[in-house]
Amino acid sequence: MKNLTMKTTALLVALVIMGTTFTSCKSGPKDDAVKAAVETALLSNPHIAEAAVTVEKGVATISGQVPDDATKADVDKTVAGVAGVKSVVNNLTVVPETPSVPVAATDVLTNAVKDATKDFPTVTATVNDGVVTLKGEIQKANLQKLMMALNALKPKKVDNSQLVIK
Amino acid sequence: MALQEKYKELIDTATAQGVNNLNVREQEGVLYIDGDASGSIKQQLWDTYERLDPNYSSGDLVMNINSIAGVTEGSKLKVTTNSSNLNIRSGPSTDADIVGKAARHEVVTLVSKANDQWWEIKTDNGAAGYSYTQYLTPL
Repeated sequence: MKNLTMKTTALLVALVIMGTTFTSCKSGPKDDAVKAAVETALLSNPHIAEAAVTVEKGVATISGQVPDDATKADVDKTVAGVAGVKSVVNNLTVVPETPSVPVAATDVLTNAVKDATKDFPTVTATVNDGVVTLKGEIQKANLQKLMMALNALKPKKVDNSQLVIK
Repeated sequence: MALQEKYKELIDTATAQGVNNLNVREQEGVLYIDGDASGSIKQQLWDTYERLDPNYSSGDLVMNINSIAGVTEGSKLKVTTNSSNLNIRSGPSTDADIVGKAARHEVVTLVSKANDQWWEIKTDNGAAGYSYTQYLTPL
């Protein structure tokens, strides 16, 4: 979540900068001020992942992505409450957030992989950034058992493409 | 979404078999399937996985079907090693000392779960310590 929030903030900051640069020439000064106020108001909502704001003659158009309908409705209220906004066109699309897949810490995973491969001395396993790479050889009859054990350890990925299966 | 199509049969089977807490996600070119199910459903899903991706060689799926989530303390477990005795260790790691053995097909008792890989068990002969869950099958 921390990561997401940082990303959100960075995106919004980028959008604010881009917005001021690109639209200042075509809209009037009043619209620009309203647009800046809308963007500031939206910054206070941590759920808005991506939103772009345009204001033309007091009509604020918001596009981008939010994680749920409630956030979309919140944006309506927030934007409508900004001084100078006459009406709001809410073009936000709802894209549910998917939390990132939990991957075991490297030391935990390394120890767990060592335990899981102990009974297969012809297999060598290395762990790098959550990826378990298998080399050496294994009997076909034992492959499923080994893969079941490794898949249960919360790896990012199990790469056995270099493992010789006999 | 391409991986969900490749493994559609697997996901459909997991859904049809009523896998509990089923969670299917795709991230950075890997599909993650998690859930809780019986040992026989887990076996069926792994056989399906192997058919869709022979030898699991694509490295594009991490499937963690937990068939031991519902096992409670005091449950009886059968030792299902391939041929040898099961080591009982002083702690939840292969680095820990071996403090006892359980014979293949012996029935032991679950004392507590250290994690999904290591359980504390005791034998009827009084040997007690940690064993690897892969070789323990709930009765």
